[in-house]
Amino acid sequence: MFVNNDVKNAMAMEERHVIKLSDPDHPVILSTEDLHVYYGKKEALFEGDLEFASNQISALIGPSGSGKSTYLRSLNRMNDRIATVTGKIMYRGVDINQPSIDVYEMRRRVGMVFQRPNPFAKSIYDNIAFALRLRGVTGKHKLDEIVETSLKQAALWDQVKDDLNKSALALSGGQAQRLCIARAIAIKPDILLLDEPASALDPVSTGQLEDTLLSLKEHYTIIIVTHNMQQAARISEYTAFFNQGRVLEYDTTSHIFTNPSVQVTSDYVSGNFG
Amino acid sequence: MKTTEQLEAKLKRRSKAAKLEIWGRLVSLTALMLIVAVVVAIIGFVASKGIATFTSNHVSLWDFLSGKSWNPGVNGANGKPEVGALPMIVGSFLITILSAIVATPFAIGTAVFMNEISPNKGAKILQPVTELLVGIPSVVYGFIGLSVVVPTTRAIFGGSGFGILSGTCVLFVMILPTVTSMSADALRAVPRYYREASLALGATQWQTIYKVVLRAATPGLMTAVVFGMARAFGEALAVQMVIGNAALMPNSLVSPSSTLTSVLTTGIGNTVMGSLQNNALWSLALVLLFMSLVFNLIIRLIGRKGRLQ
Repeated sequence: MFVNNDVKNAMAMEERHVIKLSDPDHPVILSTEDLHVYYGKKEALFEGDLEFASNQISALIGPSGSGKSTYLRSLNRMNDRIATVTGKIMYRGVDINQPSIDVYEMRRRVGMVFQRPNPFAKSIYDNIAFALRLRGVTGKHKLDEIVETSLKQAALWDQVKDDLNKSALALSGGQAQRLCIARAIAIKPDILLLDEPASALDPVSTGQLEDTLLSLKEHYTIIIVTHNMQQAARISEYTAFFNQGRVLEYDTTSHIFTNPSVQVTSDYVSGNFG
Repeated sequence: MKTTEQLEAKLKRRSKAAKLEIWGRLVSLTALMLIVAVVVAIIGFVASKGIATFTSNHVSLWDFLSGKSWNPGVNGANGKPEVGALPMIVGSFLITILSAIVATPFAIGTAVFMNEISPNKGAKILQPVTELLVGIPSVVYGFIGLSVVVPTTRAIFGGSGFGILSGTCVLFVMILPTVTSMSADALRAVPRYYREASLALGATQWQTIYKVVLRAATPGLMTAVVFGMARAFGEALAVQMVIGNAALMPNSLVSPSSTLTSVLTTGIGNTVMGSLQNNALWSLALVLLFMSLVFNLIIRLIGRKGRLQ
């Protein structure tokens, strides 16, 4: 009986399991083809091709050093000066990993929020207006309006609306991280990449951040790297499991957490390693 | 019970490590006291000598600071000794400010290149070159100034070629490495996540440097410039070789003039201790010392302001 079950499990478990998306309501907005990332001679990512559905939250999980952050940072070419990235990154039909792509224009569409809240040493208002001013938006009225909507979307407006001219460095960690989200969405990107945005936050702030992300899904496609599996399970539609530079499994979040196809995924999500 | 006492005795015994601790503290405290004593002694000595001009030679402080003619051995038309230090004070400030103005853009530009644009080349080529510039003795700078800068100035602007302009050129090269390496330190201290945040928002590298990195590094950059100014203000030998050493109010950038330091170095060996001539030079030294304290104070104030942000 025992042995039989094990054999059955082993047979059911594939080595890799990566689905192709086919949801007409949420077409693929971003995908990678044959993506490889090298740090010097070391290959940090080699089998990591994924598709991301628009206006959904996709989570990238996996143990430390599995390549998930490397993958995420390659998506908006933040790895350009650190690593060599080969292969295609298709964004709405355009390969944005070509040398001829204007990365600055591209990053306006594919924004990023980092692990550590990193507001500038400027006022809350100026933090959000920063990228807008760089793009020539200078009208006070227009700026006011965008600052307000961005802060509202990031669920921070009610807490800071009277302190817009105070330094952003005075905010708590959770507030600062939501300010960074507000700052990123002020330029209305298409896609928002988040690199472990809650790892420096306490549970309450994490909960608020997750609520914010769920409400942002309506306007943005969100790809989030997280160490916290419960977080991935709570907020994402799709989950990719990275291990040792490869995507071992990519499927709907419920599939990954309830009925994973790959043994290693199963071990990881049930807490056997990582 | 016995074991408790044993333990207590053991814990209370001065161990070798504890003795070493006391010894270490003693050594560093002695070193500190010695340095404090030296600084106090220098200030005390220069001050006592410098004040003698006003106390025993009865020169008024105002005459000293505002008088335009410097000739300590001679009594002027009003019967008082001519110890007007204004030409030297003006010369010192002029040369300091001018060289800082010229050096700052070059220094910050180099620092930006070293740190932001090409860190590899910066570390391999520019860093050693800057360090080399620091190590060149000032007499070499002065000599090059004398044999290259002064004739060039003479050829272009006429006159003797000695003056504030030549001094500025020499000092510019001399303070450049100091300001550059301190600016580079200031840029290096700007956290990497500031740059990432800016780049991820679609800012170009130049926008990131200009709007984020330089802004965040401003207190450090100001400190670098003030340090450079302090160095320029105190530099004696190289300046003395190219400035012309005429204790006159500089009426143009190419007329021979002098600074506090150049008058000190040329004059101090030719006067008798205790004479008015000698005391007047000590007064100049006192002004120099006071100014370097002021520069230090400014650096500290900037540092504190930077931390508060």
